[in-house]
Amino acid sequence: MIKIEKRNDVSPSIYFLTPILAIFLTLFGGGIIFYVLGFNPLEALKFFFITPISDLYGFSELLVKATPLCLIAIGLSFCFKSNNWNIGAEGQLIFGGIVGGGVALLFYGHDGFYVLPIIILSGAIGGMIFAMIPAVLKTYLNTNEILVSLMLVYVAKLLLDYLVVGPWSNPEGFNFPETRQFSESARMPILFDGLRIHAGIFITLITVFLSWLILYKTYLGFQIKVSGLSLKTAKYAGYKGKAMIIIVFMISGACAGLAGVGEITGPIGQLHRNISPDYGFTAIIVAFLGRLNPLGIIFASLIVALTYLGAETAQIFLQVPKYTGQVFQGMILFFLLGSDYLLFFKIKFLGLKKNEL
Amino acid sequence: MSFDLNFIGILIGAIMASSVPLILAASGELITERSGVLNLGVEGMMIIGAISGFALMVITDNLFLAVIGSMISGLIISIIFGVLTQSLLTNHVATGLALTIFGIGMSAMIGKNFVGIPGKEFPLLFVNLKENIPFLGPILFGHSVILYFAFLLPFLTNYFLKKTKIGLIIRAVGDSPTSASNQGINVTLVRYSCILYGGAMCGLAGAYLSLIYTPQWIENMTGGRGWIALALVVFATWSPIKVLIGALIFGGITILQLHMQAVGFRIPVQLLSALPYIMTIIVLVVISRDSRKIKLNTPTSLGQIFYKEK
Repeated sequence: MIKIEKRNDVSPSIYFLTPILAIFLTLFGGGIIFYVLGFNPLEALKFFFITPISDLYGFSELLVKATPLCLIAIGLSFCFKSNNWNIGAEGQLIFGGIVGGGVALLFYGHDGFYVLPIIILSGAIGGMIFAMIPAVLKTYLNTNEILVSLMLVYVAKLLLDYLVVGPWSNPEGFNFPETRQFSESARMPILFDGLRIHAGIFITLITVFLSWLILYKTYLGFQIKVSGLSLKTAKYAGYKGKAMIIIVFMISGACAGLAGVGEITGPIGQLHRNISPDYGFTAIIVAFLGRLNPLGIIFASLIVALTYLGAETAQIFLQVPKYTGQVFQGMILFFLLGSDYLLFFKIKFLGLKKNEL
Repeated sequence: MSFDLNFIGILIGAIMASSVPLILAASGELITERSGVLNLGVEGMMIIGAISGFALMVITDNLFLAVIGSMISGLIISIIFGVLTQSLLTNHVATGLALTIFGIGMSAMIGKNFVGIPGKEFPLLFVNLKENIPFLGPILFGHSVILYFAFLLPFLTNYFLKKTKIGLIIRAVGDSPTSASNQGINVTLVRYSCILYGGAMCGLAGAYLSLIYTPQWIENMTGGRGWIALALVVFATWSPIKVLIGALIFGGITILQLHMQAVGFRIPVQLLSALPYIMTIIVLVVISRDSRKIKLNTPTSLGQIFYKEK
């Protein structure tokens, strides 16, 4: 006889152990899928998760991909903690990229230490403004933020497409849908010769630290947490919900915008149609996997970045499509969400009692 | 360029064809949402339907099996969403996103060996009538059976939701799961059924793309149509008949783009492509300002987790 009971309190150890359980279940599920498709599962998993980071270059690539993921997820954690469902980080990333990229093109040919900081700042502001659209509509017109932020992703994508095909396309670019390569002064400094890892990682780490400070050491962080736990309590305590909603969206949008500008001034170096392989959506998985905790998000971003890298390696060695990484990303979230059931419910295995027979 | 009547008829026929996947997926999602479940996995279920339909067509050489199989595949993948959100009480938004991400990846993996294989000709009905009657011919005839079904579906859905007992139960569950449950309705069962139905319809929408509209398999071939379908449900303020109208508008925008590009219009095509999303946001703003309009059709409990203490 199995009995399911609601737990009264969530045990912290299970809270942080279930993500690890989810990762193992994902590896297991991935092995099964590879087996069904006719691959040797262990070999396939090795190509996916070990080969990509077996050398220094691979490890640097891992950090290159984890940098934007971690940054966006940290921003999202502000929204998710306070029950605001911003799922349009991809749009905010792209819009940040557009604004930052526009400024970079404006400074084309300029030298000077001030160029890059201005670009980065404008990218952050771009993302922030774009995130304020769903926030303002939610607070003042009671509009559902999930749908608005989602719709805006496609508006941003199409705007980028318009700009790189039309007015911003490289005049010497033979009509390729891309802008000029940015000047050297507009590029993130590379940390090591021959590797792609760039200074954007410091922006991410500083943001993670600041987020930890805000979330755990300030009154705003306390408000965010209380609002997430119970909206009624938050209202009873007299918190001004509207301002907080807009602030969390602004933080989250700024982080996504920073990620976007980090990508275009870092590894990419120009604007084109595909400046993000859906980092904005995948970062939602990172935020959940990291339990909305700054340290957890760092680890989670490394793991999810590995699925991107693994897909690239597997594409070469196993001739599987690059979208294979998404199978793993989807599974991680499925298993994680599913195993949350263990958090809130106790499953008791009881012997049959006499009076029940 | 001559705008004769027959050309306009062909244009309308093309708009109808391009709106079919939107109508099918949105009608399915509409039922799911009316039961209070927000499934953001439309794109994922559609693409699974597209590859399953195409793969089955190649393997069995039977279009009927392919169409049925695509619906079953859409249904099967929606079971994942059902088990997670209904039995394991997970968050609808996150689970739906995971479903879309998973579906796109999975379809690409399955479809690896089907890239580049030509599709089979899908039988079209009343082709001779299409060619012999000017204007009305290309509008009314020469379509696949799925198109006729799609144009009937919103009316059936409307009748089903408004006039049948099961429709009433679905709406009750969507508006107030707690009171429905107190009336003895099995909320979880109703929501499961609506999720599976939505999955099957999205599967069919995908199969329409890979078997009829552009008969071949291309990675990521749904190309965001699932998200447009999702927008469409909101745009239609959860009313089946408005889904039909909205799908024709959104489908019309797609066709208009192609023609305007051909004619060399100066309006950027991207602006036209963005219109469905912008219009949906405007509709969302308008309906959320007027609470009466929301109450009319919006499932009140949309996206909320229902848990019954046992």
